[in-house]
Amino acid sequence: MRKFNSILVANRGEIAVRVMKTAGSLGYRTIAVYSEADAGALHVRTADEAVLIGPAPVQQSYLDGTKILAAAKEAGAEAIHPGYGFLSENAEFARACEDAGIVFIGPTAEAIDLMGNKAAAKRRMIAAEVPCVPGYEDADQSDDVLTEAAKDIGFPIMVKAAAGGGGRGMRLVHKEAQLSAALNSARSEALNAFGSDELILERAIVEPRHVEVQVFADTHGNVIHLGERDCSVQRRHQKVVEEAPCPVMTPELREKMGMAAVEAARSINYRGAGTVEFLLDASGDFYFLEMNTRLQVEHPVTELVTGLDLVSLQIQVAEGMPLGLDQSDIVLAGHAIEVRLYAEDTTQDFLPCTGRIEAWEPAAGDGIRFDSGIDAGQEISPFYDPMIAKVIAYGESREAARHRLIEALKGTVIFGLTTNRGFLIDILAEEKFAKGDATTAFIGELFDAARLAAKSPDTAEMAMAAVLLYQVERDQAKATAVFTSDQLMDWSSGGALLTRYMFASGNAENDVTVSPLRGGSYEVMVDATTLKVEVMGRSENRAQLTVDGKRKRLHYNTPSAGVVELTDDGRTLRFVNSLAFPKSAAVAAGSGHVTAPMHGTLLEVFVKAGDTVKVGTRLAVLEAMKMQHDILAEVAGVVEEVVASAANQVSVGDLLFEIETAEAAE
Amino acid sequence: MATFTSKIATSSESYAANRQDMLALVDQLHGLKDRAKQLSERRRDRFDERGQLTPRERLVRLLDPGMPFLELFGLANYCVDTTDREKSIPGASSLTGIGFINGVRCMICASDSGINAGAMTQKTGEKIRRIQDIALEKKLPFVHLVESAGANLLKYQVESWAHGGGTFQRLAKLSAAGIPTFVVLHGPSTAGGAYMPGMSDYVIGIKGRGRASLGGAALVRAATGEISDDEELAGSEMHATTTGLVEYLAEDDAHGLLIARDIIGRLGWNDKCPRPAIKSFKEPMYNPEEIAGAVPVDYRKPYDVREVVARLVDGSDFEDFKPRYGSTLVCLQAEIYGQACGIVGNNGPIDPDGAAKGGQFFQLCDQADIPLIFLNNITGYMVGKEYEHKGMIKHGSKMIQAVSNVRVPKITLYIGASFGAGNYGMAGLAYEPDFLFAWPNAKTGVMGGEQAALTMDQVARSGAERKGVPVDEDALAAQKKRLIDHFDGQADAFYTSGRLLDQGVIDPRDSRKVIGFALQTCWEARHRTLQPNSFGVGRF
Repeated sequence: MRKFNSILVANRGEIAVRVMKTAGSLGYRTIAVYSEADAGALHVRTADEAVLIGPAPVQQSYLDGTKILAAAKEAGAEAIHPGYGFLSENAEFARACEDAGIVFIGPTAEAIDLMGNKAAAKRRMIAAEVPCVPGYEDADQSDDVLTEAAKDIGFPIMVKAAAGGGGRGMRLVHKEAQLSAALNSARSEALNAFGSDELILERAIVEPRHVEVQVFADTHGNVIHLGERDCSVQRRHQKVVEEAPCPVMTPELREKMGMAAVEAARSINYRGAGTVEFLLDASGDFYFLEMNTRLQVEHPVTELVTGLDLVSLQIQVAEGMPLGLDQSDIVLAGHAIEVRLYAEDTTQDFLPCTGRIEAWEPAAGDGIRFDSGIDAGQEISPFYDPMIAKVIAYGESREAARHRLIEALKGTVIFGLTTNRGFLIDILAEEKFAKGDATTAFIGELFDAARLAAKSPDTAEMAMAAVLLYQVERDQAKATAVFTSDQLMDWSSGGALLTRYMFASGNAENDVTVSPLRGGSYEVMVDATTLKVEVMGRSENRAQLTVDGKRKRLHYNTPSAGVVELTDDGRTLRFVNSLAFPKSAAVAAGSGHVTAPMHGTLLEVFVKAGDTVKVGTRLAVLEAMKMQHDILAEVAGVVEEVVASAANQVSVGDLLFEIETAEAAE
Repeated sequence: MATFTSKIATSSESYAANRQDMLALVDQLHGLKDRAKQLSERRRDRFDERGQLTPRERLVRLLDPGMPFLELFGLANYCVDTTDREKSIPGASSLTGIGFINGVRCMICASDSGINAGAMTQKTGEKIRRIQDIALEKKLPFVHLVESAGANLLKYQVESWAHGGGTFQRLAKLSAAGIPTFVVLHGPSTAGGAYMPGMSDYVIGIKGRGRASLGGAALVRAATGEISDDEELAGSEMHATTTGLVEYLAEDDAHGLLIARDIIGRLGWNDKCPRPAIKSFKEPMYNPEEIAGAVPVDYRKPYDVREVVARLVDGSDFEDFKPRYGSTLVCLQAEIYGQACGIVGNNGPIDPDGAAKGGQFFQLCDQADIPLIFLNNITGYMVGKEYEHKGMIKHGSKMIQAVSNVRVPKITLYIGASFGAGNYGMAGLAYEPDFLFAWPNAKTGVMGGEQAALTMDQVARSGAERKGVPVDEDALAAQKKRLIDHFDGQADAFYTSGRLLDQGVIDPRDSRKVIGFALQTCWEARHRTLQPNSFGVGRF
């Protein structure tokens, strides 16, 4: 351990920006690394210096330790902060840093190694008397031994990749009969993701909470905990909402869990920031799940309730200084909730979305914190995690924080990407969540496919969309015109002209006409319904309107001719005026022309030319963004051409299959 | 700075009565326009069936939403098709006006093919020629949405044919002047009509609907015995591939209009015109809406025309030019939407001083290059010994000479009476104002009906006296009634507008907007430099 003056952040996006903020404010020279895809990114502009480390794919840039160390040398970096993800839990990299004489801001390579292997970690925890879920974590991986072990533990059972994390290679098995298939698929997924197909088994705890304890250790033997975080709201083992403190925590339980976590850290000679994850069941029993040997995504909620800067503490510990805090110094005050705002389509099975951020104005307000690494005009590329921002709200009470967070989400202007914002607001507004009763079963129970399905806009929304589109088109024309006046807008000497829009939603087409009235308002007909719309105020992305006297605040965006997007209470709707496009250009719903929905790798192709398919037939599986996505037939017919082949990289929009529809074939 | 103080109380009974009278006339105006619309709308199912847009939908689709549109000759052919005012259909089966397409100010004509399949009426040809003249003068790209059954052979008149060629001659002149012309061929344009696309610079043909041929299949069969179907004889697809008459082939009406918008946008038309310096201005202190109540609809009831001007000009602020001299001719200096203009109005018949003042004012505006706005409420120049001796003819002539020769834009509104030579001095139709609109209460003619009747009454009485015969009071009363009907039947704004003696009847409350739009159109024309050529663009 030694003092250093410069820190290279071996990461990108919001966490790189977040680390640099603290490092910069403490007077350290900050160095960014970036891939070709991130040349203009915020983290590059936030740093004092930036080094290009390679092309966009992570294997050739952010995951390439050699390149990062070369960059550190080039820039004269004395320390490296790995952020989370990428190389943050890569023991080899931590070792390579040490060998290169660069301080790795994190735990020792040994601790990383140990906690990186779930089976070894669990054995170690059992030895340290940290409560663990009954399970099997031995080296014998034969199906027979695993099946016997499963029977001993008792169903339901969790199959997990020993080297895993983030839900990959994880299977929930209810009955013995399902076990063999689950073992096989978990193995292949684990091998694919981590290079190891070693599995462990654990008893599945029914509807537990996910409660994790933030620990901190220095090199002087001090280990403390900073309280817990409740991350129960998860979807497919991916955290969606995180909060501190846990709504059902008691001081006694906190002390018990905190001591267990501290013990876990102490038993492996831990250093720096770490998180001990537990499952907490309804009776108050808790079980060690795993330990993350890095700064967590959700660390801000701990910062807000403790008033501490975790990155600052990490640096302090890395420089060999004592924490300067003991357990009694840690006082939790208030409540903080964080949500992860993602570019993903919740109506399409959470398909990650890529695209250009056309507008981005985070809401400001008391107790609101945005950790983001993006800017308007920037791309969310297919190469990296599509997280847009972490939105965190603090309040004296949980309710205050929850309300603030909902308002912050609603008040944030974002266009250009489909986001999970509406889903996040729905979660926060859900009664069960409001009461603090959410467990890990929450999303699965309350958000079924029907609830997540795209909702059709109502007449008021269609009317507002039409009026905004009308005004934007008008103003574009006005800006081009040589000579005209505001006072002449919406006027025709021959009586009102009816501007017509045709908005398609689902299978329905809605006929919407806008006709200006004397006095500045509009009469809007949505099919047979007449509404009066008034525009009270409008700026680039915000509008205030009244619909039949009812006031509405909206965000809107007109990305291209004939298209308008509205965000009404955090829900973004897209309206396309089909009249602005020739008929042939309109993409028919249910096309036999099957294209890749995103960049990724095709894992498997299930059909061949000549096969008959029905609507919903699985054509292929695409892996992208750590997730596997089924590509389904949208039409019934005969597969005419298979362009796709397994193990191939595809780009969004690439033609995969051509299906001759049954109709066309007749 | 001289903000006018109105003496009109909007709470008064006379205000309420005036407003009621005027709005009743405005309703009549809308009623007349609606008549054409309703008739056309009856064919909506037919348009739907063919996958077409109705003519009004085509017009709106062509235009930029929300941008201003100045309708021209909206009442054309009213009382020409039939003298029955209750049955006459105004509009001459076409929708015309100045509007914006991708920000470009254009002259637009859409066949109202919902009415007799867009067949020409007696006034359709003249209406099109008049807007073509305006397009040429105001340098406006000319866009024609064509779907017309052509001339109605059952109502053939030789004049229509003889003058009709002028439409095509003007297309050639526009093209040669450097003003592009466009046709969207939505339906048939046969025989003479075929020259409409033929002579236009750009033709967009709608697949399966747009047709152009010198003779339709029926005529061809009658003439030569050749059997052909309309599509292979005249279809857009054929013209796009075989003759080259159609530049752009569109799938349907909407697509054709998208193409028209696109190619007009691509002219870079507005890049070739300087922009005006944007001036700030205040809206009138007195709401233009109040015009309806400020003015009696009967021109015989006097009022101060400044009350109208106060509701037209920026900040209700104007300077009175020589208010104490020739005071019945009111000359004011003001601004509308920030554009300076000279405004001329009437507070009574023009006397010799007023005529001299008017002539001088016109010349001053001409000298300073300030457009003139004429608010006609004029029964004429003063008559009588005193005025003749003061040189009424001489001074009146000077005023008419000045109004004829000023080089600045002239915008005329008939807001009440416009009779006799008073109409001439106040830039009536024959004095070629750039824009000329009437309020629905306006009366125009050589003189008022009652005036004419009284004059003839006096002539008859003088004749009887000279001959020493008794006056036949019954015959005289009958003659008086006949004369009043004869004059007044031709004097009202709806009637004269039907005969294209103005460019349309407007809602008086829109006057500020109409004038503002007209001024901007004139400004743009005067600042735009064209690139003329000798013969127009040929389609080789």
